[in-house]
Amino acid sequence: MSEYILKLENITKSFDDLTVLKHISLEVEKGEFITFLGPSGCGKTTTLRIISGLLEPDSGSVILHGQDVTALPPEKRNVNTVFQSYALFPHMTVEANVGYGLKLKKVPKAEISKRVSEILELVQLAGFEKRMPDELSGGQQQRVAIARALANGPEVLLLDEPLGALDLQLRRQMQLELKRLQKKLGITFIYITHDQEEAINMSDRIVVMDKGIFQQVGTPDEVYNHPKNEFVARFVGNANIIPMEDGTSLAIRTENILLDVPGGIPAVVMEKSFAGGLMRIMLRTAEGTEVVATRHGIDYAAEVGQMLTFGWEPQNAVAVEKE
Amino acid sequence: MKSEKQKKTKYGASALLLVPMYLTALVLVLGPLLYMVYLSLMSRGEVWGFINDVTLDNYVQLMEPLYLNTFFASLKLALLSTALIILLGYPFGYFMARLSSDWKRRMMLLIMLPFWTSSLIRLYGWIIVFRSNGTLDQLLMFLGVTDSPLRLLYTYPAVVVGMIYALLPFMILAVYSSAEKMDWRLVDAARDLGASRLKAFTSITLPLTMPGLLSGIILTFIPSMGLFFIADILGGNKIVLVGSMIQDLMTRGRNLPLEAAMAVVLMAMTSALLWLYRKISRTSKLEGLV
Repeated sequence: MSEYILKLENITKSFDDLTVLKHISLEVEKGEFITFLGPSGCGKTTTLRIISGLLEPDSGSVILHGQDVTALPPEKRNVNTVFQSYALFPHMTVEANVGYGLKLKKVPKAEISKRVSEILELVQLAGFEKRMPDELSGGQQQRVAIARALANGPEVLLLDEPLGALDLQLRRQMQLELKRLQKKLGITFIYITHDQEEAINMSDRIVVMDKGIFQQVGTPDEVYNHPKNEFVARFVGNANIIPMEDGTSLAIRTENILLDVPGGIPAVVMEKSFAGGLMRIMLRTAEGTEVVATRHGIDYAAEVGQMLTFGWEPQNAVAVEKE
Repeated sequence: MKSEKQKKTKYGASALLLVPMYLTALVLVLGPLLYMVYLSLMSRGEVWGFINDVTLDNYVQLMEPLYLNTFFASLKLALLSTALIILLGYPFGYFMARLSSDWKRRMMLLIMLPFWTSSLIRLYGWIIVFRSNGTLDQLLMFLGVTDSPLRLLYTYPAVVVGMIYALLPFMILAVYSSAEKMDWRLVDAARDLGASRLKAFTSITLPLTMPGLLSGIILTFIPSMGLFFIADILGGNKIVLVGSMIQDLMTRGRNLPLEAAMAVVLMAMTSALLWLYRKISRTSKLEGLV
């Protein structure tokens, strides 16, 4: 399984004076589900557009299936995209939308309509062929966008925050469906999101991006439990970063912060809030470091302004590099 | 329930407020129209005006070669002008919609600028450009393209240029307002699915800007059937169009009923075009104007 379907080699891209991607390189295996995770503006959509061919990099190359496609226009690449806003053609039926790519490939009409209904069945939209996009719900439009991108039989499917516009419940359901679809079809998925839960649930590997750089590339377990630097620890694990006296930093996740530890670090309670079954207690040390601790339930009795001490078990602390 | 009742009374009150508008429209628009149709069914008065004698003679008379040929000549000029206006105006409006908002404002100002001067005066400007040894001739001879004056004034091409000049802004604005609303990500999606630039244009951009193009056609084709003063000023009296003929029948021919019949036919053609537009674009709204 070490066949690389996609290789990014030393890619750089700037818009005007702004460098959006700084020398990024990546190898993606066939059938892999890989997620680009990062805050908005980190360069993940730019990377996707460079892979699809809608943008040309300033330097570096895109290798698809062993062939350098850097100079090829999007229509010559066997890669398709599910766009963030779906980008369904409003003047075409669902059938024409999904069959658009096949029609361009001059596939016979009878076969197009057969393939389209197969794919619509796959995304659970059988019977929607004659509907117009504006007659569909957001979730249904999403499925049409996925079906349309799959219809051409791409080697790599690019998904640009495809679930961003859906409500939480539908998003969870679609996450499972997408994962199932990817396993079934064996296509390489390159998925963009800013939601770390989504990335951890779905991916084989996660590329954590910030400021145009790949901060860490690894399995969900690696990026969650062994963050390489402060940014990854904070963005993926919601961890506290505690600076040490020797100049290094420790990342400790909120649930691993122990409170009222004899001989612990003194701090004052700044804020208390309750959400999603978790009590969130924000502390501040004398040096000004802010630390968040979480507890299940609401029975932890600490008042805002109260002094207490906190600490952690050594095995729960991970040494991380500065960004 | 309460809100529904409120809505009803609200609607009733605002409908009442519209009454003066409908009355004005009725009197000032529908009235003259009906009068014209009525007039077209009358007989010609001996010296002036008409005799109250219902007849279809006027319409029959329009079938005579003289009038029929004028209709066809007008149609031909209108079609030619409209075709050229599409070729110039569509790309203009399209590219204008892709400019930055600063440049859009500047372009819009440039397009609007000529409207601050009377169209008749601007048309006389063209005489200076086109006349023998005028601006254009001098420029062409200076550049060595020609060695003698072309005598373009009072020719067919001069009239066509005048038509294009007068009507191009309407096409540009109609296409622009349609292209402005275009979601360009759809073009990305088409390219991503395998469409070349050209194919993406013909299958996505063109259909989605069609309402603008169609309303541009309406806004140029219909007036170009009637803009007689352009043909008069730039074409001398060699090119007679429906518009000039209507004016002629009224002033010199003193044949009011025939003139009315001609106007009714012209109006029927216009209405047919508008009906067609509604059919195709499924809207009664003219892009770029309303």
